[in-house]
Amino acid sequence: MVEKKIVVGLEQGVHIRPAKQFVKIAADYECEIFIHKDDNRINGKSILGIMSLAIDTGEEVTLIADGADEQEAIASLENLLTGREG
Amino acid sequence: MQANEVQGIAASPGIAIAKAYVMQEKTFEVTRKQDISAEQEMMRLREAIQQSRAELEQIFHNALEEFGEDQAGIFEGHLFVLQDPEWLRSIEEKIAEESVNAEFALDQVTKELIQLFRSMKNAYMRERSIDIQDVSRRVMGHLLGASGQVDSPLEEPVIVIAHDLTPSDTAGLDVKYVVGIAADIGGRTSHSAIMARSMGIPAVVGLQNITGRINGQTMVIIDGMDGKVIVNPSPEQLAYYEEKRDIYRDKQEGLTKLINEPTIMADGRRVELAANIGTPDDLEGAIRNGAEGIGLFRSEFLYMNRESMPDEEEQFQAYRKVAEGMDGKPVIIRTLDIGGDKELPYLQLPKEQNPFLGYRAIRLCLDRQEMFKTQLRAILRASRYGLVKIMYPMIAALEEFRQANQILAEAKEELSRENIAFHPDIEVGIMIEIPAAALAADALAKEADFFSIGTNDLIQYTMACDRMNERISYLYQPFHPAVLRLIRMVIDAAHRKGKWVGMCGEMAADKMAVPILMGLGLDEISMGASSILPARQLIRQLNYGQMKELADKALELESSEQIRQLIQEKVAVIRRTDG
Repeated sequence: MVEKKIVVGLEQGVHIRPAKQFVKIAADYECEIFIHKDDNRINGKSILGIMSLAIDTGEEVTLIADGADEQEAIASLENLLTGREG
Repeated sequence: MQANEVQGIAASPGIAIAKAYVMQEKTFEVTRKQDISAEQEMMRLREAIQQSRAELEQIFHNALEEFGEDQAGIFEGHLFVLQDPEWLRSIEEKIAEESVNAEFALDQVTKELIQLFRSMKNAYMRERSIDIQDVSRRVMGHLLGASGQVDSPLEEPVIVIAHDLTPSDTAGLDVKYVVGIAADIGGRTSHSAIMARSMGIPAVVGLQNITGRINGQTMVIIDGMDGKVIVNPSPEQLAYYEEKRDIYRDKQEGLTKLINEPTIMADGRRVELAANIGTPDDLEGAIRNGAEGIGLFRSEFLYMNRESMPDEEEQFQAYRKVAEGMDGKPVIIRTLDIGGDKELPYLQLPKEQNPFLGYRAIRLCLDRQEMFKTQLRAILRASRYGLVKIMYPMIAALEEFRQANQILAEAKEELSRENIAFHPDIEVGIMIEIPAAALAADALAKEADFFSIGTNDLIQYTMACDRMNERISYLYQPFHPAVLRLIRMVIDAAHRKGKWVGMCGEMAADKMAVPILMGLGLDEISMGASSILPARQLIRQLNYGQMKELADKALELESSEQIRQLIQEKVAVIRRTDG
């Protein structure tokens, strides 16, 4: 299991488009993925869950991945949330 | 307001006059059944989801062809919801735990979700509850065996009247017949509003109960500028709005033609018309309105509304995005202009008696050099991706400019040592907003690559008048001879040294000021994106030779009032001769 704290760098936070990208990436991995924000824990493969967290730019979330490809999953999701990709 | 006028929120500009077409809200009777086999209900649910998916994929591909990626993206979002494991799990859990039918479980889960989204702080997220409703209805339709589209096909131009237009509603409409949209609920970020803007048709939303006041065949007028709907217009109203529509249309057509045209004065002098932006999100509007560059990128927006300083990487990404987006056209990034009326809690700046005359902008950056250097490194790194220029705000003295350049030189050295590429000859300019800088512009012009005049502060400091103080607002005079003379000094000093001069204050977008500014010889003029096309239209009608004379005359006058009168007289003449 890997756990990583991330400060979201996407300018408008995680609105629909990044939420879609998140789910797309999460679906590519075998491992289970969760996002923690405040006291909420959300399945990273659920678009409604991610949107319901209403993650804003500059907020801190914790990513948790558990499974064979957990390292790679965390790395690419971190790239998305920090706004480093593309 | 007349009795047949309804006030709402203006969501997309323009005037539409047509028959109403009222979208019927599909309501489903959902009953709770309890003698069910949970297994069978889950089967029914999965089947309905499967059918909805097939339908949505079709709609997604059609939308992609018909509306492009933005609109199609909505339906892609709906597909994601249908594949959301948690959504399915929560409905199935309801079926199993409460042993209820699939429709009832779906209805319950949808209501909970809509509640959750409607309680969100962010307006855009609140509006997304309609997408959840939309997806749920589609699945419900399949569960209940109702077909998707019950509205009759359109055969003539209509104004669509709806309680709230869902994406699926619009997907089912033949858009070539839709000339306007009016909705009971929603705001500027609701689907109906976004849709209307992307289709370029007028829309008014948030009308409370427009659906209750109209039935099919009613004649309706939509005024997307004033946010009004007129039901069954009188002959007078009809005549008034037909004229307003034609004027708007002609103006838009005239302006649209200018999007890719250069800003050339009637006798051939070329100026550059650029956009002011605050974040990379403003780029789209700048490009859509034909900006020839970014004359002011207010970098402080990257630092605001947050708990901590943006790091180099984050800044680099934002600057790079703008540089790339402008595709080789100039992008002037103003370094951090904070203090005065703009505060950053995490900087913990001391409270001051006179914040506007205090520790702010370049003064703060020269004191907090590490913070400043981080920003300069980010700008330098972005300079590889387009035509980036640096501008220092609030320069009062030559030493400040030299000191800032010293820190820039250090940033360049660091990057070179780290083998990080940047554009070595990046242009560096000064924002002229302090009278001292204007009066000593000749010295600054020797060392700066360009000037950009920030009129908001220049007027404030020249007139010793706080812009925000309403009691003395009469003193905030852009046309005061002193202000115009300072502007002329700055332009002349730069031109003598072969440097160019721009302007990025509100005065740049003032129709009345543009003739004089052109006459004084400004090379670049930067404003909010929506002012660009009207300014281009105006500048193309002005003759540089005549404007020079106008400016010379104006600068000999004694007061703002006289100068304004002169402009009105002269520019009216120009308009008449232009036909």
